[in-house]
Amino acid sequence: MSDAPKADAPKPAAGRAGTKRELPEHFKAYRHVWVVIECEHGIVHPVSLELLGEGRKLADKRGVELAGVVLAGDALTAAQVAAAAFEHGADLAYVVTDPILAHYRNESYTRAMTDLVNSYKPEILLLGATNLGRDLAGSVATTLLTGLTADCTELAIDDEGSLAATRPTFGGSLLCTIMTLNYRPQMATVRPRVMTLPERKPGRWGRIVEHPLNLTEADIITKVLRFVADRESDKAQLAYADIVVAGGLGLRSAENFQLVRSLAEVLGAEYGGSRPLVQKGWISADRQIGQTGKTIRPKLYIAAGISGAIQHRVGVEGADTIVAINTDPKAPIFEFAHLGVVADAIELLPALTRAFRAHLSVNRLAG
Amino acid sequence: MIEERFDAIVVGAGPSGNAAAYTMAKAGLKVLQLERGEYPGSKNVQGAILYADALEKIIPDFREDAPLERHVIEQRLWTMDNGSHVGMHYRSDDFNEERPNRYTIIRAQFDRWFSGRVREAGAVLLCETTVTELLRDTAGRVIGVRTDRGGGTAFADIVILGEGVNGLVGQRAGLRPELKPDTVALAVKEMHFLPRETIEARFNLKGNEGVVIEAMGTITDGMTGTGFIYTNQESISIGIGCIVSDFTESNRTPYGLLEAFKRHPSVQPLLEGSECKEYVAHLIPEGGYNAMPQLYGDGWIVVGDAGQFVNAVHREGSNLAMTTGRIAAETVVWLKRRREAMSKANLAEYQRRLAETFVMKDMKKYRKIPDFLHHNKHFFNLYPKLLSAAAQTWFRVDGVDKRTKEKQIFQSFRAGRKLTGLIGDAFKLARSWR
Amino acid sequence: MHIVVCLKQVPDSAQIRVHPVTNTIMRQGVPTIINPYDLFALEEALRLRDRLGGEVTALTMGPPMAEEALRKALTFGADRAVLLTDRAFAGSDTLATSYALSMALAKIGQAFGPTPIIFTGKQTIDGDTAQVGPGIAKRLGLNQLTYVARICDLDPDAGTISVERRAEGGVQVLETRMPVLITMLEGTNEMRRGSLDEAYRAARSQIVKWSAADAGITELAKCGLKGSPTIVKKVFAPQARAEKVQQIPVSDISTDALAANVMAAIFQKQPALEGDLLRFAAGQ
Repeated sequence: MSDAPKADAPKPAAGRAGTKRELPEHFKAYRHVWVVIECEHGIVHPVSLELLGEGRKLADKRGVELAGVVLAGDALTAAQVAAAAFEHGADLAYVVTDPILAHYRNESYTRAMTDLVNSYKPEILLLGATNLGRDLAGSVATTLLTGLTADCTELAIDDEGSLAATRPTFGGSLLCTIMTLNYRPQMATVRPRVMTLPERKPGRWGRIVEHPLNLTEADIITKVLRFVADRESDKAQLAYADIVVAGGLGLRSAENFQLVRSLAEVLGAEYGGSRPLVQKGWISADRQIGQTGKTIRPKLYIAAGISGAIQHRVGVEGADTIVAINTDPKAPIFEFAHLGVVADAIELLPALTRAFRAHLSVNRLAG
Repeated sequence: MIEERFDAIVVGAGPSGNAAAYTMAKAGLKVLQLERGEYPGSKNVQGAILYADALEKIIPDFREDAPLERHVIEQRLWTMDNGSHVGMHYRSDDFNEERPNRYTIIRAQFDRWFSGRVREAGAVLLCETTVTELLRDTAGRVIGVRTDRGGGTAFADIVILGEGVNGLVGQRAGLRPELKPDTVALAVKEMHFLPRETIEARFNLKGNEGVVIEAMGTITDGMTGTGFIYTNQESISIGIGCIVSDFTESNRTPYGLLEAFKRHPSVQPLLEGSECKEYVAHLIPEGGYNAMPQLYGDGWIVVGDAGQFVNAVHREGSNLAMTTGRIAAETVVWLKRRREAMSKANLAEYQRRLAETFVMKDMKKYRKIPDFLHHNKHFFNLYPKLLSAAAQTWFRVDGVDKRTKEKQIFQSFRAGRKLTGLIGDAFKLARSWR
Repeated sequence: MHIVVCLKQVPDSAQIRVHPVTNTIMRQGVPTIINPYDLFALEEALRLRDRLGGEVTALTMGPPMAEEALRKALTFGADRAVLLTDRAFAGSDTLATSYALSMALAKIGQAFGPTPIIFTGKQTIDGDTAQVGPGIAKRLGLNQLTYVARICDLDPDAGTISVERRAEGGVQVLETRMPVLITMLEGTNEMRRGSLDEAYRAARSQIVKWSAADAGITELAKCGLKGSPTIVKKVFAPQARAEKVQQIPVSDISTDALAANVMAAIFQKQPALEGDLLRFAAGQ
């Protein structure tokens, strides 16, 4: 949304948004929920599976089918990806297999997607908000001249059967629900870890619909010269960590961030921070936790000196246990934390590090 | 280097700099204005009160589109002890005039508006540009400035220093001594947001009427300083400050004082339910006339806070800033028209003109006050307590006859200060006041 | 080489507050800034210009006060600034925005010279959607390169460009032909400071102002609210969670005792976690 209207009190925005126009006739034929299954270098991105879980709920509410969209370079990959889709809830899979699709490129993937949409007409199309997903979603939405809502934190079907996509707005202070009432498909992207991974049902299978890619390599101008993989050690594994310790402005200085890392080390945890810390250069961007950083769902999340603005909240709400340490008893983080401690993180973090270290080593010695 | 030569370079886009740049640009001079902040007003902090009289003399029709909060119809002066206050209020419908006399404003918005007018008048403003030093010729005359941008020199006939209380450029150039901690106060301020209706109900206001509260007493914990509460349209500005040397000696912090001030039983109900959305700190010149540096020289003039132009007693500063800026500009224009050089001898005209205005007259009148307050801290501690106690004795109806009450009050003052002390204080205050 | 950079003026979201009572956004005094991600695009464009010669034009679609953002762009060293402003654009979502911008970009190409490279920032801090760049690319038929970390090679005569693009788990090195649309990743360069002379010239420059008509936009139905398939149904504050936080008492105990209580509370809520941690510690 580039220009959301001024927010009123929590009632629906008056005027245009309140009047629902009739869905144009030709869009009424659009049915079923699709999820693009993102796969690069043979690995299915977990976000696509998370979206299948969510897509399942939407499809059930609509009484329609759930489909996975598979774009692959060879038949084997296509089969593996389709299998993953079925095992996580898809009823059918639309498959486009062509060597041209072996590496992601905007032109080829956009063409394949728009072709599929125009041929089989889904009412809802979901993609993960990854670099690939975002690169692709904007092109597809613009080609189809339909609505796209990015980085949604919640998806639902409203009483009239339309997709209601909710996301933070105004820098994260509020949430807004966005709809595409008069165009199809209704498109939405969701960041990794926002939705829960559905249970895998091994051996579950569905229907496959194959579709050709109506392109030749000569048609595509962009070439992939090579792919350089990241070194393992460089990667922050925040998104899938079981325990995460994070720091915010309450730490008051870059030096104090070391206290977060020390506690994380004792717990074998990942560490991260809120957005202002990245802006100040105290931590690198890949360790930012929050709406525009990483969404995490750890078993334990310790937030030290973080105020808990909604921007941050939506990135951590899925954690099983949230422990908040903040000197301000009215800090928003206490509205969604499970355990609260009104204390100075600069004092408490080292104490916690000592306590855990002692407890874990004593018990280890004991046996 | 900027190839073009300017008639004047103005350092700073606060009230004094804007007043100067506007006046000169309107008179057709070529003006370059340099502001170190991201935008005009970003480095400025004030209560804030706008004095219409000073601004009318520069932009007569400012009311048309200047961002104004409330026009002041009531002034309250409070002396406070820890649990109560004795106040003097003046409210009059006379202040609901067609061209109100004082307004509360929000500096960030107001300065940007003022700056817009300055640019419309033809001055060129560069932000995020800090003047690092004054450039001089071999005779020692100031001929321009160097800035922190690449190739950052610019030349002009006169440099007007509206650089604010710190006055670093002037200091580095040897035009003034270093700022002394007993001539400047450190003040902190918060903005608390409340719905209009709440503000109007609590302060008994209609429409855009506003209230100003100036407070002193035990709120500054024995240090020389004052507090304030101003009503804006949808927020309340509340702040407190003390002389820096007093802070250094004591153990208190400005923020600690502000927290206590907000919790005071006379203040807390006014802020109830509000949300604090901004916290700023700033230095205020408090040295008065005796701390004023040399105001002009060959090729340079000082205006605004950089010249210590603050009336500590009446808490006026921005009007002095605008007036000194305007008069400095008028002096420059006058010299230009007569094709005279911007020499120290010629620029003495600036101080002569100032002497005829309220600016110098008020500064001179109160020149003994800073020293007086410094050596009479009991005005901030003892007297407010005595006053409060006296008031309670006086107003409490408890069967004690009035004559006994009067005696009690008198005795409490004598016990507190002794007769000699009381008389001495009266004398000293009268002398410093005149 | 004529390069265009699309910039957006946004409220400094770090300073946006929600009114505690009425739930409205308090824009009062919230300063506006150039979307920080766009600055990386602008700096990259300026570097290319310095290397290869040519001009950089900055383009912004916004209300009249977006002029400030463009003036800043000029201060950084852009050669020209165009403000696309019209009431018809109010309420535009990303589809309507990409339409208006692409029309303006086409017009810029006609008026000031062909544009082989158009830059945008990765996303905006107020919208966060990253959709407008790809939208523009699609409408103008530009080859699209997003999340670019580095421009490796550029051959103006052959019309080719190769870049490093950030993908999942690594970097794609892509080569394509101009005209291209590039969205720059953050942290790829450091914004320069314009010289005093550049700042001075910028302050005195005229910013080109275009209405929808000036930009050649005739189909107003594609702009503003009318041209936006997405609509905001409602805006609301997040619900307070039903289950209240369990506050661990902090008064009158030492920090170490508090830490011990916090640890105990964590293990009480997550008994399995203690086992996991012990196993982890054992393995250390």
